[in-house]
Amino acid sequence: MMHLLYQIFIDPFVQMAGAPDLLVQTLWEGFVGGMLYALIALGFVLIFKASGVFNFAQGIMMVFAALTMVGLYEKGVPAPLALLLAIGVMYLLAVAVERLILRPLVNQPDIMLFMATFGLTYVLIGVGELIFGGSPKEVPTAQLGLPKGAYDIHAFGGLVSLQKIDIAAALIASIMVAALAVFFQKTRIGRALRAVADDHQAALSVGISLNQIWVIVWFTAGVVALATGIMWGARSDVSFSLQVIALKALPVLILGGFTSVPGAIVGGLIIGIGEKLGEFYWGPLVGGGIDSWLAYAIALAFLLFKPEGLFGEKIIERI
Amino acid sequence: MLRKTLFAMLATTTLAAPAAVRAEDSIFVPLFTYRTGAFGGSGTPIADGMHDYLSMLNERDGGIGGVKLAIEECETGYDTKKGLECYEAVKPKGPVVVNPWSTGITLSLIPKAAVDKIPILSMAYGLSASAQGDTFPWVFNPPDTYWDGMSMILKYIGAQAGGLDKLKGKKIGYIYLDAGFGKEPLPFLDQLAKDYGFETKLYPVAAAEMQNQSAQWLNVRRDRPDYMIMYGWGALQPTAIKEAVKIGYPMEKFISIWWPSEADAKGAGEGAVGFKTLNWHAANADFPVIKDIQKLVVEKGKSQSPKEAVGTVLYNRGVYNSMLIAEAIRNAQKLTGKKAVNGEDVRRGFETMNVDAARLKELGMDGFTGAFKLTCADHNGHRPTFVQRFDGTKYVKVSDWIEPMTDKVMPLLEADAKAYAEKNAGWPKRTEACDAK
Amino acid sequence: MFYREVGQFKTNYAADQAIFPIRQDRIGLALILLVAFIVIPLFGGEFLIASVMIPFLVLALAAIGLNILVGYTGLISLGAAAFMGVGAYACYKLSTIFPEVNIVVWIVASGFVSAAVGVLFGLPSLRIKGFYLAIATLAAQFFLQWCFQRVPWLYNYNTSGAIEVPTHTLFGVPVTGASATPVTRYYVVLTIVVGMTWVAANLVHGRIGRNWMAVRDMDIAAQLMGIRLLPAKLLAFAVSSFYVGVAGALMVFMWLGAAEPEAFNINQSFILLFMVIIGGLGSLIGSFLGAALIHILPIIVRMVPDALGIPIGAATVEHLTFIITGAMIIFFLVVEPHGLARLWAIAKQKLRVWPFPY
Repeated sequence: MMHLLYQIFIDPFVQMAGAPDLLVQTLWEGFVGGMLYALIALGFVLIFKASGVFNFAQGIMMVFAALTMVGLYEKGVPAPLALLLAIGVMYLLAVAVERLILRPLVNQPDIMLFMATFGLTYVLIGVGELIFGGSPKEVPTAQLGLPKGAYDIHAFGGLVSLQKIDIAAALIASIMVAALAVFFQKTRIGRALRAVADDHQAALSVGISLNQIWVIVWFTAGVVALATGIMWGARSDVSFSLQVIALKALPVLILGGFTSVPGAIVGGLIIGIGEKLGEFYWGPLVGGGIDSWLAYAIALAFLLFKPEGLFGEKIIERI
Repeated sequence: MLRKTLFAMLATTTLAAPAAVRAEDSIFVPLFTYRTGAFGGSGTPIADGMHDYLSMLNERDGGIGGVKLAIEECETGYDTKKGLECYEAVKPKGPVVVNPWSTGITLSLIPKAAVDKIPILSMAYGLSASAQGDTFPWVFNPPDTYWDGMSMILKYIGAQAGGLDKLKGKKIGYIYLDAGFGKEPLPFLDQLAKDYGFETKLYPVAAAEMQNQSAQWLNVRRDRPDYMIMYGWGALQPTAIKEAVKIGYPMEKFISIWWPSEADAKGAGEGAVGFKTLNWHAANADFPVIKDIQKLVVEKGKSQSPKEAVGTVLYNRGVYNSMLIAEAIRNAQKLTGKKAVNGEDVRRGFETMNVDAARLKELGMDGFTGAFKLTCADHNGHRPTFVQRFDGTKYVKVSDWIEPMTDKVMPLLEADAKAYAEKNAGWPKRTEACDAK
Repeated sequence: MFYREVGQFKTNYAADQAIFPIRQDRIGLALILLVAFIVIPLFGGEFLIASVMIPFLVLALAAIGLNILVGYTGLISLGAAAFMGVGAYACYKLSTIFPEVNIVVWIVASGFVSAAVGVLFGLPSLRIKGFYLAIATLAAQFFLQWCFQRVPWLYNYNTSGAIEVPTHTLFGVPVTGASATPVTRYYVVLTIVVGMTWVAANLVHGRIGRNWMAVRDMDIAAQLMGIRLLPAKLLAFAVSSFYVGVAGALMVFMWLGAAEPEAFNINQSFILLFMVIIGGLGSLIGSFLGAALIHILPIIVRMVPDALGIPIGAATVEHLTFIITGAMIIFFLVVEPHGLARLWAIAKQKLRVWPFPY
């Protein structure tokens, strides 16, 4: 019993102190993973804020966008052009979603819209596989100007290896977040977006076109999805099993709150770093592989104290 | 309320009742494939290889023994439920053999095989214990079980280290898909660890986390195992190789079971050179049989396979799988003197299968793979395999044929087959006669 | 004119409260049961029974269970498949520890294990609401699936890591395993499903069901009216998990015959939720209709090219199935957001007034 307690409460910290390079490496891996979770979550938050839709299809949008880009590249389109075309496809998708799903389903209960995005997921899986096939695809990192290789830093009594692609991913994620923040705060469309998020009807009454806003939001989420897909694809491969990873954005969301952009970032980092630390230092105690549910457990624990997430809007219940 | 549904369903069956018109002049071979889903990347070349070999027989020889093969693909998506649906859909058409290509589907079908009289070919996957023909007369899993595979990898590692006794005190890491397939070798690995005095480190990867392995590889970095063994599938494999490159794990010491393809290693670029896998057949197109496939099927646009995929590891695996089917059918025809054989005949065809060097030559597979033989008791063969090394574009054979440690595998198989029969109370005793002389 | 309740007088409260107060409904139900119990087994092919009807009934039962939680109590759950797994593994363990007890007893009993686990994971529902709760139930999904994978005791230390179903008999007839004929298995499944549907219908029409619906419509208001939220919500979790658990046991023992933990993965959970929503939230008929649509539609789509003689690759058909299924889901939501059950209600209304428009 004492031994077990020792293993749970003391030993991991002894290990952390004993090999600080590994600790730093773990934190770094968690940070990068967390940034990518945060990006996926960001797509959710954008759409939820503006249209109140819990967009389950965000994961498949990420796969679909990256797949379009990589698939076009494999068919001989130069990489930068393929990237632009993929962005174009995401725009068309946004228009189609607005026309075929959001507009007819306006004012329906949330769960209906949620289900409709399930339907969208199925359609995108089918279309993606039909056009580009089901096999995993490699991201042409070099052609996209993404770096390869790693910086090996001899510090902390050992070696910390930072992959350049991971650094790029973290950088691009930060830039996108910053750009979105500026977009929201400073531009006309951004103000309109915030107005819609606050109150649909009030926004309508001052002449903001909901339909237009929805297209913009879904398009933005699509571009975020494309960036995430390429980044994650460069770390492993672009394949349909990436979609399952996108589910990891869900605990991030409940942690950060559905409506908060900073929440998505902080939540992503907590989940990313938490699960890597957990798997690395505590996982071996139960035979490893706990990262499939650890993220949810972390989120659940937070949720019991803050039922609307760390940064979510306080729910005021009235009769 | 339900009426509408029921009508719809009745309508379905009239549609569905699969045309039970099974032409007497053809042999029905269903191929369960998965070109979709999370494992579609691995499944597609296998499906193409299986399909193309059988089409080639139809084109070149007019089928087998003058009887055309009716080939039908059924998409399972690696999903047990869809696989069972496929099985029920093809059953009325009188299939002579099924290849489930998924351990989950295989497990569900094993008890059905004896009842429905349809043999199962689960080539080097499925239930290892089904190698025991006395307990599982209807299931065939040549040429090796996963335990054989593990023993051959360890033998190879031993040879690298200068003898199996040199493994004492070494650390061997095992990264695996956290499912039945990856977990199966664990008891065997434990036993070998005891016998040879090495230490094992386990790194399970959940199916949902296949593309998110950095934590596992951090553990590898901490534990510094002397060798790494991988039992992976689908996206697990390319991700693992990339992560291994990332932490700078020496590739020459990273050895996998027989499932990785060229594409899996290519993604990691130069770093993946030296990565090794087991295999029991060639991974190139320089054989008459593959040339025939190229000429008669692929070039004529009768294949779904891209031209450059012909001759890759998994494509050739599919070809091998279909060769087993074709040989079993041919044997069955010889045994029974019938042209249009059925499942029962093909089961006997499998049990009397003996593909020696001369026969391989006839098949246009001289040097493609080793000779092998199945018997009534041994439905597996436990054939030697070799180690192939990735050179940046393709796999090159780098070792001699390695024999599995049959003395260690057989007792486990026997015990496991017995346990299966006991746990599944009322498991039928073998009543099928044996044809072997 | 086909469906008029004119002239059907109710003379006591019991008749007024009946689940099927209208004669035509009772006749219709009798007809359906007749078809289900006699016509299908007599005339249905093996494919219809084994690959269409048994899965349909099992999924419908699971959908009813989930509907109790999502449709009647308003608590969204994304972990239904994991509870199917709990039922399946519980049944497997119980039937191997006490093999002499009849398997049908264990199938039903395994629901209680599932219910207990359901209550445990239902506890956070008091604090957490809406989509937040939905994601919290994902914790149950992934944690339970991990347990099926990692606790060897659950699968009796089988080297395959899967649970396998041996032959069990009922009154001397094999009901599980390969030697059980599809018709036998169908009868067992049908009997259990009909029985449990009848119980569910009584439950949701009674006081308990009304409590649930009050909680669904507004839990604070319900609380003010004197409904105790904790017992009401936990009871919903328990009953729902019970149904889903029994469905899981049926799935493994009567349908699949063997199961790996992957059989209870997150996709299965989503598909169940589909059925509930497409069928109609808070409707038992809807659960059947939803299960029929989601399970049978892809089968039909797969059959069509074959029946018409169009040569399409198996993979292409699968892709098209995905696209069509997804499009149908969106289409149904757009056309009738209240689900197939609502379409049925409209049809009934039309039948009632036909041939007049009003």
